[in-house]
Amino acid sequence: MAEENNKAVDSLDPRIVRAKLHSGDSSDMNNLLHFQTYEVFHQKKRGAQHHHVGIVHAPNPDMALLYAKEQYARREQTSNIWVVPSSSVSASEYMDDDIFTTAPEKLYRNPGSYKVMDRIQAFKERGMKPTDEV
Amino acid sequence: MNSIEALKELLYKIADDQLIIGHRNSEWTGLGPILEEDIAFSSMAQDKIGQSEHIYNLLHQLGEADADTVAFTRNANQFHCSQIAELPIGGYDFSLIRHFLYDFAEYLRFEALKTSNYQPLAQLAKKFFGEIKYHTMHANTWVYQLGHGNEESNGRMQESLNYSWNYALGMFENGPAEEVLIADGIFIGEEALKKKWLEVIIPLLEKSNLTIPAESTWKPVVGGRTGTHTEHLQPLLSEMTEVYTIDPSADW
Repeated sequence: MAEENNKAVDSLDPRIVRAKLHSGDSSDMNNLLHFQTYEVFHQKKRGAQHHHVGIVHAPNPDMALLYAKEQYARREQTSNIWVVPSSSVSASEYMDDDIFTTAPEKLYRNPGSYKVMDRIQAFKERGMKPTDEV
Repeated sequence: MNSIEALKELLYKIADDQLIIGHRNSEWTGLGPILEEDIAFSSMAQDKIGQSEHIYNLLHQLGEADADTVAFTRNANQFHCSQIAELPIGGYDFSLIRHFLYDFAEYLRFEALKTSNYQPLAQLAKKFFGEIKYHTMHANTWVYQLGHGNEESNGRMQESLNYSWNYALGMFENGPAEEVLIADGIFIGEEALKKKWLEVIIPLLEKSNLTIPAESTWKPVVGGRTGTHTEHLQPLLSEMTEVYTIDPSADW
């Protein structure tokens, strides 16, 4: 079995052949125990809010920033990124997700309950500017 | 040598360096030590190949063949890359040390070119500068990490540094018309670049617990700029041009 696992990897890719890999080879995750995950926050423009975009694995914040740049900022406009150790995040419990359910009789909490759209519409129809007196 | 010939010489060596080291570094794609590093290293390799294309385009405007022809139809002895760029990827320790030594030189070269009197090159240097700056941050962060890791990581980095050093010095091989480029305000010249490079990298290597070899042992590996290469370049070119050789009109 061990021999079976240790066959040289045959590949059309010359790089793989040169690397002399064996099918039994796999990265030893124990060597990565000092790695942790970092939550990545991305800011598009200076002054805008940072938005959570995903995670990276890294051994420390410096490396996490390097990777966050390539994973999450290479294809879009970016002015800043944050990385925060995932272990620093406090999260609510999914078993308590009923705390987020809004009781139906509390519709008045939703902005839809405010009857202003018809007034805004009328305002627009009259072609008025926000500075005009109604 | 007139100004145009001197300029072409400069452009060829920069573009060839970028293409060849970009291709070399791309050999790590799919084999990188961790996923995030694989993506970052591959992305930087792509940056370099993209930069070489822009510089080949400048050469095309100066009357040379188009970028694909120049990149895919020359033999090893027609390439102007320094030999450090063509060395096989080796282990990750060597690839990182080369990345560090080469990319800081490239960073300082482009920084100098930002104020070149040859405007198209100055504009490209400004455009690429952010990419190259990230490459040096990536290189320095890794070198620092492994320099401070443990005895094995420090030892392997030091060994790779010792091995690479004279090849790295070869990056600053004088061109045939240094004084023309300097007089025309096109480039500061290889000697000045080498001086800046030493001033930047020596303190960074010291911070990473790594020592450059004693000056008495320095022996720059030159010849790359005039077409003398190691036995490693031709196989690289054969592999890189495989598709083009089969079908030069292939769209890919």
